[in-house]
Amino acid sequence: MNLPKWADVVLIPLINLLLALFVSGLVVLLIGEDPVNAMKIMVNGAVGSTYGWGYTLFYATNFIFTGLAVAVAFHARLFNIGGEGQAQLGSLGVALVCLALPWPHWTLALPAAMVGGALFGAAWAAIPAYLQARRGSHIVITTIMFNFIASALLVYLLVGALKAPGMAPESARFPEGTFLPNARDVFAMVGIPFARSPLNISFLVGLIGCFLVWLLLWRSRLGYEIRAYGHSEPAAKYAGIAPFRIIMITMLISGGLSGLMAINAVMGEQQRLLQDNVLGAGFVGIAVALMGRSHPVGVLLAAILFGALYQGGAELEFETSVPREMVLVIQALVILFTGALDNMVRGPVTTAFLRYGRRRPRAEPAE
Amino acid sequence: MTLLQKFLGASAALALSAGAALAEPGLIIDLGGKFDKSFNESAYNGAQQWVKDTGGEYMETELSSEAQREQTMRRMAERGANPIVVLGFANASTLEKVAPDYPDTKFAIVDMVVDQPNVQSIVFTEHTGSYLVGMIAAMASKTGTVSFVGGMDVPLIRKFACGYAQGAKAVNPDIKVIENMTGTTPAAWNDPVKGAELTKAQISQGSDVVFAAAGGTGVGVLQAAADEGVMSIGVDSNQNYMHPGSVLTSMVKRVDNAVYTVFNTGAEGDLPTGVVTMGLDNDGVGYAVDDNNKDLITEEMKTKVEEAKAKIISGEIEVHDYTTDDSCPVM
Repeated sequence: MNLPKWADVVLIPLINLLLALFVSGLVVLLIGEDPVNAMKIMVNGAVGSTYGWGYTLFYATNFIFTGLAVAVAFHARLFNIGGEGQAQLGSLGVALVCLALPWPHWTLALPAAMVGGALFGAAWAAIPAYLQARRGSHIVITTIMFNFIASALLVYLLVGALKAPGMAPESARFPEGTFLPNARDVFAMVGIPFARSPLNISFLVGLIGCFLVWLLLWRSRLGYEIRAYGHSEPAAKYAGIAPFRIIMITMLISGGLSGLMAINAVMGEQQRLLQDNVLGAGFVGIAVALMGRSHPVGVLLAAILFGALYQGGAELEFETSVPREMVLVIQALVILFTGALDNMVRGPVTTAFLRYGRRRPRAEPAE
Repeated sequence: MTLLQKFLGASAALALSAGAALAEPGLIIDLGGKFDKSFNESAYNGAQQWVKDTGGEYMETELSSEAQREQTMRRMAERGANPIVVLGFANASTLEKVAPDYPDTKFAIVDMVVDQPNVQSIVFTEHTGSYLVGMIAAMASKTGTVSFVGGMDVPLIRKFACGYAQGAKAVNPDIKVIENMTGTTPAAWNDPVKGAELTKAQISQGSDVVFAAAGGTGVGVLQAAADEGVMSIGVDSNQNYMHPGSVLTSMVKRVDNAVYTVFNTGAEGDLPTGVVTMGLDNDGVGYAVDDNNKDLITEEMKTKVEEAKAKIISGEIEVHDYTTDDSCPVM
């Protein structure tokens, strides 16, 4: 028997999250801090002020893009764990576009940068996709190896061709015409005070992205083919769907979505190309897609949750003597419970539903 | 009004003004970590010394990645830390962007000049300190070859190398100076394994004194030198204690003093902005002699080095600063 939809989408992730927080609490207790206080600081830091919200949603925007990227690939049963590298290449694409012209206004720069980021991200995903489709090289292995190549490539460019004068390995600052409207400025226009944060218009682009991915997967012929291929390759072949085409197109979309992350991180916040600009969002995207059940709405919610964890974790580190590594442990536990240990919860919950579901029909004839 | 009343009044006024300026100073520890035994640790020690001496409190946080510089800096400022000390040249472009947003907050940056009305830029004359330890290295070397292991390949580290080479050549014009850099990215500040490999390679080329100016990477350099039975020179903090008998001396760069001074003046009132130079004359840089290395530094060495130090301060000896023209006359 299948679980009811609400249990699959809401109940199980919630139980996973609570378990992760419980174990995190034990860990915090173990290092001699008060877990209740730590939790309070994290929640307050993440959603207790406009400053917290700004950063939470800023990080969430990154995770929306990488989460959607992983989710799209999941539907074709492709495990794209190269989001990190594709996003780094995307950042390169965005930076090249932003630095190429003295952009007069962001409304022109943003679409161009989106094209640049998506193209570079897609191109980086195309090579593993081709190797999978034609040569059968496993996509998990190739995409993760491409992360290292992307990082090395970026370092090479940042100490060489793209390096700005000065000592730090970073590119020149983008021209002012590429600066995206900030949440603070937008809210100020309608008279709402909002703290300074890097939250920018890319968040809305992310929301549109969620909608378009939903449209693609469930309302288009291509989406149907992707899902059909994901469910069963032989059946898809029998129905006349070409695996090569599906693998290539899916991975191009996936890589492009990862690459789009750079309009938020690089164009929206850093405003120059830095060496480690992705901040692990490519990997968090895997957890976001798993937790969000590869559905755009789920991805959106999971992305906001992880954004809150990131921001709350940073506050926790700032406010208490909980070291930086411990914040990482908490985040890792959430990923572990929501991603890897999903079946641990799913099993008992399914059994419980089965038992509950059987009792009712038995009770009816007795009446 | 009695004298006592006057005193009370004065102390009350003092308390009030202290209350007005009652902002905690902030320190952002840079990549490489608080306990890198070098640059960051020196800054941390300065802050701790200030706490010990004044009983004050300060905010501290450790940077976790290159891309989070801006958030960390802003969070410090939003929390009302004042003044805020940031460590290292990599912060310059971020600070240039953040500082104007917080005109009432004072910032201090170590190792780089940021031209903003509320920033104090603290620069050290590392070339002069390196010159002195270069002299010591040349006098201690028996093979006629000394070497240098740098961290990240940037003009700042070449400035160390160039001063070191000039000092060594001042003692022995025929000396061979080998120079290697660990890498080209900030990861090079924290790669002790590669530091040790470079050191071993240099030793195989005949070097018997190795100067490490590489942050946390230097730990590997000093270890390798001690393992191979040659001498090494530490950097930033006094690292003589790490391998007594093997560490010849340390080119101390008193980041701790700089942090201490910023905290102190910040607590008293206004932090002066502009460029502050820490050199030999105000003990911003120097070489360390303590119980761990007093047998390694002979009286003769000490006399010569002190003589050179006086001449550098008076301007009689001019040590070339690599960063002025991005070239070194002796390398």
